[in-house]
Amino acid sequence: MSQVPADPHAAVVTTAGGVEDGPILTVDGQPLDEALARAGRRARWRAFLLVLPLLVFVLVTFITPIGQMLHRAIYNPTFSQNMPRISAWLKAHPDDPPTEEAYALLIEDLKEARKNKTIGAVATRINYDVPGTRSLFTSTARKARRLKPPFGEALLKANRKWGDPRVWTAMRQAAHAYTIDFLLNALDFTRDAGGDIVRVEPERQIYGKLFLRTLVLSLVITGLTLVLGFPIAHLLANLPLRYSNLLMIFVLLPFWTSLLVRTTSWIVLLQTNGVVNDILVWLGLIRDDQRLQMIFNQTGTVVAMTHILLPFMVLPLYSVMRTIDPSYVRAARSLGATSWTAFRRIYLPQTVPGIGAGALLVFILAVGYYITPALVGGSSGQLISNMIAFHMQKSLNWSLAAALASLLLGGVLILYWLYDRLVGIDNLKLG
Amino acid sequence: MALPPYASPLERLWHRVYLVICAAIFLFLIAPILIIIPLSFNAEPYFTFTDKMLSLDPAGFSLRWYRTLLTFGMINPDNPDTWAWWRDVWENAKWVQAAKNSIIIGFFSTLLATVLGTVAALGLSRPEMPWRRLIMAILISPMIVPIIIVATGLFFFYSMTGLAGSYLGIILAHATLGIPFVIITVTATLVGFDHSLTRAAASLGASPATTFFKVQMPLIMPGVISGALFAFVTSFDEVVVVLFVAAYDQQTIPRQMWNGIREQISPAILAVATILVVISILLLTTIELLRRRNERLRGIEA
Repeated sequence: MSQVPADPHAAVVTTAGGVEDGPILTVDGQPLDEALARAGRRARWRAFLLVLPLLVFVLVTFITPIGQMLHRAIYNPTFSQNMPRISAWLKAHPDDPPTEEAYALLIEDLKEARKNKTIGAVATRINYDVPGTRSLFTSTARKARRLKPPFGEALLKANRKWGDPRVWTAMRQAAHAYTIDFLLNALDFTRDAGGDIVRVEPERQIYGKLFLRTLVLSLVITGLTLVLGFPIAHLLANLPLRYSNLLMIFVLLPFWTSLLVRTTSWIVLLQTNGVVNDILVWLGLIRDDQRLQMIFNQTGTVVAMTHILLPFMVLPLYSVMRTIDPSYVRAARSLGATSWTAFRRIYLPQTVPGIGAGALLVFILAVGYYITPALVGGSSGQLISNMIAFHMQKSLNWSLAAALASLLLGGVLILYWLYDRLVGIDNLKLG
Repeated sequence: MALPPYASPLERLWHRVYLVICAAIFLFLIAPILIIIPLSFNAEPYFTFTDKMLSLDPAGFSLRWYRTLLTFGMINPDNPDTWAWWRDVWENAKWVQAAKNSIIIGFFSTLLATVLGTVAALGLSRPEMPWRRLIMAILISPMIVPIIIVATGLFFFYSMTGLAGSYLGIILAHATLGIPFVIITVTATLVGFDHSLTRAAASLGASPATTFFKVQMPLIMPGVISGALFAFVTSFDEVVVVLFVAAYDQQTIPRQMWNGIREQISPAILAVATILVVISILLLTTIELLRRRNERLRGIEA
């Protein structure tokens, strides 16, 4: 027996030399618990090594980019890098009003930024905080070479806005590369002339409204998918498998069809000269000049997204309903419950896990939807994702886009955590 | 779903109504997908049924939009030489170029996602896997995180690393988006996998590689294939990341459709949509056959 290799899986167990109280040893003389622990460790490592390549891949192609985006939401070095002298002075004198020295440094920086062609970026950065100051920077930079001391007066003469304390507050904030100002902006807060955090004027509070609209529309869509999904999931779950597998195609075909195809179909159906309006006119429900505007507004977004997300509600509902034993409802009926009572008190409570799973999934997917609102939402059906895309592609205020995206991501991750707690990611099923 | 014999007349009536409601919901699900198929044969440049189409007059139907898919972007669409005409299509037609790009990107991202995802799913379904829940949550998250956030992050990341505008960048991004589907489908086939099978193989002298290819692989194959199909469809349908990180000339089918819907909407879009619907019907059939095979292999009788 001395030739036995040190196999941790070896099940042959012996006691140490007949000693009654000694530790149990494996056949090659090691304590059993140690050998088992080692074997367990090795098995854990082997399992982990299988997952490791993918984990590294996802860390590089997914977690890192998102981390970088989060960083971008609180880090914007445009001003501090391109206007180094005035930034250093502003940081060194956090509470002092600008002095002649500061004015001189500012003019130096303006000259250099113009030479390096970065003045446009600097002007844009301050313009985020104080709208209408873009030309203040670009025009003063053009004149900077001719400005003579005393610089304070020269600057004011070049442009009266240099006396505006809001401009100086904005520069003071922008002098710090790390800032929470973009997150504040994304929540409709700003800084007043004194640097204190205040709410923006009511007519400029757009992001709060947009978050609210995203939330409300997502709830409406979730509710609609539940109302539409529940009856057909119930039907599918109670039909013999032969028929339900056939009817399941109606749910799965949309699920497998391109998102853009489905969105296009809704444009075709709902537009003013589209199929639905044609049918309504033909039926005489509306006159030809009363055609309904159902697309390129909130209605379009809600209808198309309900259609697109419906399978995500039906599938979890169906898999829960399949497991419900019909004898409970029958028992309730035999005890005198009406069919409505039996449904409400016996059947419905058993479907709650499915409702929860479907509703959470649909809601999570709805709050971040981009393509469908962008194509059929018009201006009133845009969601928060569309605003992020707008700031990324049109206004080029990337830090604000990143700040909005961070807030959205935070919300989605909370919902995702909730989903994992209540439903479990393992229970996610496809088709 | 038959009604019990003791159902009251009111219940019978409600049952009828309920079936009608269900039929209406099924119609809501399927009609938008089917409606575009006849419309793509429209002879007129409209998105609606013409009188001729409704009276089933052959003059109301044509293949002109399918022809447009081939000729749009061609140098000489009136070339009489058949061979040169098709060569022109292959080399210059915009939709054909987009299809080529989509297929190349879809193929490589699917390959990457399937190989990495399958290996990881094997590890994840082992009972001794540490931090299983957390790792699973991380690997599934690309499916949950809004696509616009992924695209924004990738835009910053790729412009820093120089991957912007490259095929590699898009392939890596699409592989990431496809991975959750592979993980979900493969772990689903591994649920209830009898681990004593691998131990039996090992005790009979099979190496881990042999065990994998001869014992595990045939059993999880349906899951791997349906995961791969999901990953391919995800890539083939993805437009936001492409819009954010691809170069101007890297057109894909969804990007071309996106531009078409936003700018010059024509029934040619419907012709593409019809082709895509046909493809998804084929995919759905494949998946269904695989599911049946999986059930048969595991001894579950429908």
